[in-house]
Amino acid sequence: MRKTFTQLDNFGHSLSAASYLIQPKSAEEIYSAFKLAKQMELTVTARGAGRSYNDAALNGGGITLDMSAMNRIIKWDQAKDQVRCEPGVTLEQLWKKVEPQGWWPPVVSGTMKTTLGGCLAANIHGKNNFKMGTIGEHVIEFTAILPTGAEITCSQKKNADLFYAMIGGLGMLGIFTSITLQMKRIHSGLLTVDAWPVQNLGRQLSSLRDGAPDYDYIVGWMDGIAGGKSLGRGQIHAARYLQEGEDKNPQETMQIKNQILPPRIFGVFPKGLLYYFISPFTNNLGTWGVNTAKYIASLRKHTFRQSHAAFHFLLDYIPDWELSYGRSGLIQYQSFLPKESAESAWTEMLKLSHRNRLPFYLGVTKRHRPDKFLLTHAVDGFSLAMDFKVSEGSRAKLYALLQEFDQIVLANGGRFYFAKNSETTAETALIFYGKETLAKFKKLKKRCDPNGLLESDLFRRIFG
Amino acid sequence: MRSPVSDSPKPFDHTPPSGTPQGKPAPATPLTPRRRGIIVGASEGIGAVLAQKLVKEGYTLAVIARRKSKLKTLCKEINSTLNETRALAYAHDAANYDEVPALLRKIVADLGGLDLIVFMAGINYPPGLNNYNFEGDRKMVEVNLIGAMAWLSPVAEMFQNAKAGQIVGISSVAGDRGRIANPGYNTSKAGLTTYLEALRNRLSRHGVNVLTVKPGFVKTEMLKAAQGATPFAITPEKAADDIYKAMRQRKQLIYTASIWRWIMLIIQHVPSVIFRRMSF
Repeated sequence: MRKTFTQLDNFGHSLSAASYLIQPKSAEEIYSAFKLAKQMELTVTARGAGRSYNDAALNGGGITLDMSAMNRIIKWDQAKDQVRCEPGVTLEQLWKKVEPQGWWPPVVSGTMKTTLGGCLAANIHGKNNFKMGTIGEHVIEFTAILPTGAEITCSQKKNADLFYAMIGGLGMLGIFTSITLQMKRIHSGLLTVDAWPVQNLGRQLSSLRDGAPDYDYIVGWMDGIAGGKSLGRGQIHAARYLQEGEDKNPQETMQIKNQILPPRIFGVFPKGLLYYFISPFTNNLGTWGVNTAKYIASLRKHTFRQSHAAFHFLLDYIPDWELSYGRSGLIQYQSFLPKESAESAWTEMLKLSHRNRLPFYLGVTKRHRPDKFLLTHAVDGFSLAMDFKVSEGSRAKLYALLQEFDQIVLANGGRFYFAKNSETTAETALIFYGKETLAKFKKLKKRCDPNGLLESDLFRRIFG
Repeated sequence: MRSPVSDSPKPFDHTPPSGTPQGKPAPATPLTPRRRGIIVGASEGIGAVLAQKLVKEGYTLAVIARRKSKLKTLCKEINSTLNETRALAYAHDAANYDEVPALLRKIVADLGGLDLIVFMAGINYPPGLNNYNFEGDRKMVEVNLIGAMAWLSPVAEMFQNAKAGQIVGISSVAGDRGRIANPGYNTSKAGLTTYLEALRNRLSRHGVNVLTVKPGFVKTEMLKAAQGATPFAITPEKAADDIYKAMRQRKQLIYTASIWRWIMLIIQHVPSVIFRRMSF
């Protein structure tokens, strides 16, 4: 087993830490890494694609398991609509396997680069959370190896306590070795998308709430800079699957070449360089210009058809877009609020960010429903994800602002999501998870990982 | 820097590395970034002052020296001033090479990564103008040179793999020429300067910065032992400022005070036929 001391960073390039990187190829090799860690008195974290915006896949000074070599699609059972994969399989591998034949993963993230192991550990949601729940709700079964060396199989019926704790368990109880996932039948490679503008935060949220029942997916873009009566304005994109027969030529639209995003714009300009041309706009003035233009363009209510990949994987549209935020990178702050208190809480937060001259450059809203997982982030309400640029000069101010945000979210019964939030403290985590939940989680951790081998920087931050 | 000149070299103390009784350092986040550094030889002199400076600039440090009590005082001062754990103390004799791999691994785990190492440990046993003292010479080479290799070699490997990091070695103007007063010290520092240069040539292509610092006279315990005049002596504060500035600019080599660059340029070019007749 080769171990290399390697500097790793997060998706936003806002944090890096060096650790000993090991690339296991099997459950046995994961267990060997656990033994090595115990012997060397080090901790272990699994890392998928490193697409978390925070410290979830970093383990500074410890051992990081790069799971990308365990990336086989083990079995694709079309009769049962089920696929069994190793944890390093990415959503990109998965949809490219199933989509041309008429299936789509039931829940996907905004980038297709994520691995299934990472998706399960964070229990990701998509733009259809209000309807399909989190990815964990579509897991038929998974196997995992615990630091004790035990290999376990979990489903809603079997080892149910671990099933509900390991999905969303941030990789701190064991490491997934295989995942069986339910796929969804589709009848076209396209979705019908309705787009309409929303003038303010109130309309943004009511559109999400009232629109959701009529669609399969719904998502809002929020202009983080507009103030006054336009506070929280933006645009809604809501999409429906095409029913059987609606697409005259599904075999054609479902082909991968009709799904993937073209590598060049107008056939000539390489998109790999695009981030470079966006960077002049990642400042308050530039984003104001872009947002205003985007909002004006959105005023035309329209309907169009779009491929699944293009609709879902917005973040992959511009390769390396995160580099446009400059040397210190970006962070994402996502809060989940109950439907009753979301509007007032976010109004307060938006105003606070304007008063501090620290607007977010990209805001995304979604509709959510609660789920049964132990460390759940979901609520019956909405979420707002805000992308903030990090810079040398604004760090302290932004930190103070986000701590104020946390207090507002807590006071309104909100929750946080640890694929995203990077500044949440242990005190805040304790309040929103609740003592009882954390005690339960720690008890399970003691059982699965008696020597405390599994630790990430995130774990030390929020459970430390 | 430590320099108990009157001490005759003692047998090495082979106590295993002690743990960290202090609390864990605060985790780094994008908005509260913490660079992580090791200072070997931090109990007093430039090392202690540099430690104070680096924590103010956002580093979390592992400070290493032979004597635990001074380190503890230093850490206590730093941690209580900043009201968080930012300095961790580890007692270790730089000549205890066998301890290094396990201690380094522990420190990197305790710090949560590694971005910087400063090798500052140095001892000076001037033998006296007409005396020879092999024991002293050997001890100086063992701490000043081999001690540095014991630490910097594994760290250089880590940094080369990580394609990031900074190595700072405190050599001396004394390494620029062999002089009559202290052959062993000159040799240890000349060796260190060359070793650092070689590391730099290996590592700069991997994005790692290696800074060689050559202090002249610095008003520390070591200076009290110096015989004769000590021109251009600077305070440890000034030396630490110069070092930090050079670190930020990712320089390759600095003299502190900077006038020593010119003095040593001349001294290096004094022909041997003259130099061997000088009582310098």
